[in-house]
Amino acid sequence: MKIAVCIKRTPDSESRFKIASSQTAIDETGLKFDIDDFASYAVEVALQLNEKQGPGETVVYAVGPDLVQETLRKAMSMGADRAVQLKTDAVPYDGIAVAKALAAELKGGGYDLVLFGKHAFDTSGGIVGTATAELLGIPCVTAATKLEIANGRGTARRDLEGAAETVEFPLPAAVTIDEGIARPRYPSLKGIMAAKKKPLETKPAQLGAARVTVKSMDLPPERPAGRIIGEGAAAVPELIRLLQTEAKVL
Amino acid sequence: MANVLVFAETRGTALRKTALEAVTAARAFVDAIGGGEVHALVAGPSGVGATASQLGEHGADVVLVAENAGLEKFDRESITSTIAARATAVSYRAIFLGFSAQGRDVGPRVAAKLDLPIVTDVTEVQAAGDAIVVKHPAYANKVIVTLQVSGPSAVIAIRPSAVTATPSAKTAKVETIALAAEPSASRVVVKDVVEGGKGKIDLGEAPVIVSGGRGLKAPENFKLVEDLAAAFGNAAVGATRAVTDDGWRPHSDQIGQTGRQVSPQLYVAVGISGAIQHLAGMRSSKTIVAINKDKEAPIFKVADYGIVGDVMEVVPALTAAVKEAKAHH
Repeated sequence: MKIAVCIKRTPDSESRFKIASSQTAIDETGLKFDIDDFASYAVEVALQLNEKQGPGETVVYAVGPDLVQETLRKAMSMGADRAVQLKTDAVPYDGIAVAKALAAELKGGGYDLVLFGKHAFDTSGGIVGTATAELLGIPCVTAATKLEIANGRGTARRDLEGAAETVEFPLPAAVTIDEGIARPRYPSLKGIMAAKKKPLETKPAQLGAARVTVKSMDLPPERPAGRIIGEGAAAVPELIRLLQTEAKVL
Repeated sequence: MANVLVFAETRGTALRKTALEAVTAARAFVDAIGGGEVHALVAGPSGVGATASQLGEHGADVVLVAENAGLEKFDRESITSTIAARATAVSYRAIFLGFSAQGRDVGPRVAAKLDLPIVTDVTEVQAAGDAIVVKHPAYANKVIVTLQVSGPSAVIAIRPSAVTATPSAKTAKVETIALAAEPSASRVVVKDVVEGGKGKIDLGEAPVIVSGGRGLKAPENFKLVEDLAAAFGNAAVGATRAVTDDGWRPHSDQIGQTGRQVSPQLYVAVGISGAIQHLAGMRSSKTIVAINKDKEAPIFKVADYGIVGDVMEVVPALTAAVKEAKAHH
């Protein structure tokens, strides 16, 4: 199968964040960036599908400045065959603007499957994958926790709140990938060496107009400092009293 | 004066809590921009129209009802087409919906189809002159982003539980509409829906969540967490990533950065150390209780009420005390 995977470069999610002096971005000083977690699951799913189904091609796409080339190389070191950078100085916050750039590039690419992460850690929007599918006019499954492809059709499972559904769909299609579907592989040394020689093409991103812009960023209000009310089962009556009279939740 | 459309999501013929939250948010927005009508679109199998009164009571002026036998199960494609067709025929200042599993699926499609800007997982909406300004927690809740949305219309997907559904005593006018596309023509077909368990309350809707971590030592000890949740009566059971990765609990129970992000009235953390990954999913809970044997555990930094102790001893005592408190209430 010919599979496209759209990935994003995001900061390490375990980091402590500070707001930049512009007040409209995070301070990137000292942050480690890598392929977004959900995008790495999508790459893994693509690689496993092509390994299982025989000859195919996995192509990774990223919108962004030249720094995303490192992220694209990482995906190729995992096993993707080639990469395309859709170049722009900064990735807009507007998910539809990004979806337009991806759809313009993917249209006519002959892909059987286009994969995305469920959302990216930084913008946490969950917009680009589903919107790109709509712009391409192909069916889409959002936040899949399981994906199988057989005879030109896909079967996916997705969590609903408190339930789960199994859906079927024809190819070509787009699927956004949730956690728990596959454990992304670590690049092998051989993979890392091979990735250096794999083709990475750079094209200008044909972004749509940005109609959603960042006005400001703030850190969430700190919770009041925690309080230990006692030790062992002896503290339970005091806890009940506080839940009833202070927190009023019981 | 401008009108707003709301997609009021249902499961079967019952409204979801997010539908009432979206209607409440839409009502407040319309009132803030100088008045106008809230139109709630509800689509489901025969009988779904009975939800109209509830939607009216939460601020809908008009309820657009599409009943179709093909909507026993959620059909993303015909619903997307129907919302888009309505918003093309009638101009709306905004289209509101919940950012739930359904909203995640429908919202971006509607935006792409109509070429509208979209903001998702929104916790606050304000009108600011010609623009709409929203707050949106990003970076796994570690940064609050204020976004400005320009243009004559936009799709706004509200984070579940961020808005409290509030009655505003309207009697909605009911209009019957037809779906813009037949569900039978949809390419993505729901084959099967497995309910999570009878009477199980979803993590996103539960006012109380009792969550367990590695401190429980073994999967069978999750019984303690389940018993405590049962004692509260209105509680859902959650888990840490360590526990779901080890297969003690299903992935869908995971609370944290990569799992569900919740903000219940009360969150009880049992045997949870409080890794950043977990805190990102629950730190916006109103009241946090933590029970852990290690008094240095980071969870105690965010817990309103912490008890240092063995979960095997403290949790059964708490379960008994909650039962008693409930009985006398």
